[in-house]
Amino acid sequence: MKVTVFVSPKNTVLDPQGAAVEHAMKSLGHESVEGVRVGKTITFKMGGSDSPESREKLDKLCDGLLSNPVIEDYRYEIEEG
Amino acid sequence: MRVSILQFPGSNCDWDSEHAVKDVLGIPAQRVWHKDQLPAETEAVIVPGGFSFGDYLRCGAIARFSPIMRGLKEFAAKGGQVLGICNGFQILCESGLLPGALIRNDCLDFRCLNQPLVIEESNERFNPGTFGESIILPIAHGEGNYRADETVLSALEENDQILFRYDGNPNGSMNDIAGIRNSTGNVYGMMPHPERAVGSHHPCLDGLPVLKAFFEPLMQSRPCEVSVS
Repeated sequence: MKVTVFVSPKNTVLDPQGAAVEHAMKSLGHESVEGVRVGKTITFKMGGSDSPESREKLDKLCDGLLSNPVIEDYRYEIEEG
Repeated sequence: MRVSILQFPGSNCDWDSEHAVKDVLGIPAQRVWHKDQLPAETEAVIVPGGFSFGDYLRCGAIARFSPIMRGLKEFAAKGGQVLGICNGFQILCESGLLPGALIRNDCLDFRCLNQPLVIEESNERFNPGTFGESIILPIAHGEGNYRADETVLSALEENDQILFRYDGNPNGSMNDIAGIRNSTGNVYGMMPHPERAVGSHHPCLDGLPVLKAFFEPLMQSRPCEVSVS
């Protein structure tokens, strides 16, 4: 299966990068832009298919390594094949 | 050998730390590669600064899973003395040995300066009586902005776990936090670099009392000669 993990800063946590990007967007004339948050995506292939067991493994991977639960949230998408 | 200084790929304050501990304080120390075991005779550990694993993913996120970290966790659980400096602090937070997390400086700049710090009344080793009301230590980091949720933050304040605060916040850290300890008082983490303030070629000598305070339990258990007082 093909997995895409989206990691983003928690809404309650300051995102200095997002603030800087928002500032740049506004200076380009997009004054209505607000709430910019910068995260990251991590894509990989993994054995198995979409199942509760796979999701349990993925949650463990996301909580332990790919995101830091203190400051980040994550979600993932699974494509078969 | 009494002090183990961990070396990850990308650590770059390991030699400075060894110099400060061994040559300046006169305490036997050696660097230990992250894939090796923590030596059984270890009495204190420094997790030094640098850019372990290129700071990829998050600062300290990959170092957390290095083989030596299992031994470090067991060492800390038994009450062993652990000090994380800069990237070492980030690694200790990532591994859960200290609460909270360090994110990008709010100014987005890498801050490299001699930083005034206000000393907090934390415990019998870290307090204004030992260090004076304020000291100056070098800082050099891009991700030193300390973050924790309200519960953790108020626990740190209530239990006097904050070691020092920035006098003029350089990075947006919550409550101006520059260094903390765990609740049992054996794991310490700080963004400033005490090991870069121990000699005449350094900007000041304010790192000496900080390192001495950290190593005090070793001094008491088996006094060793200290070359600089």
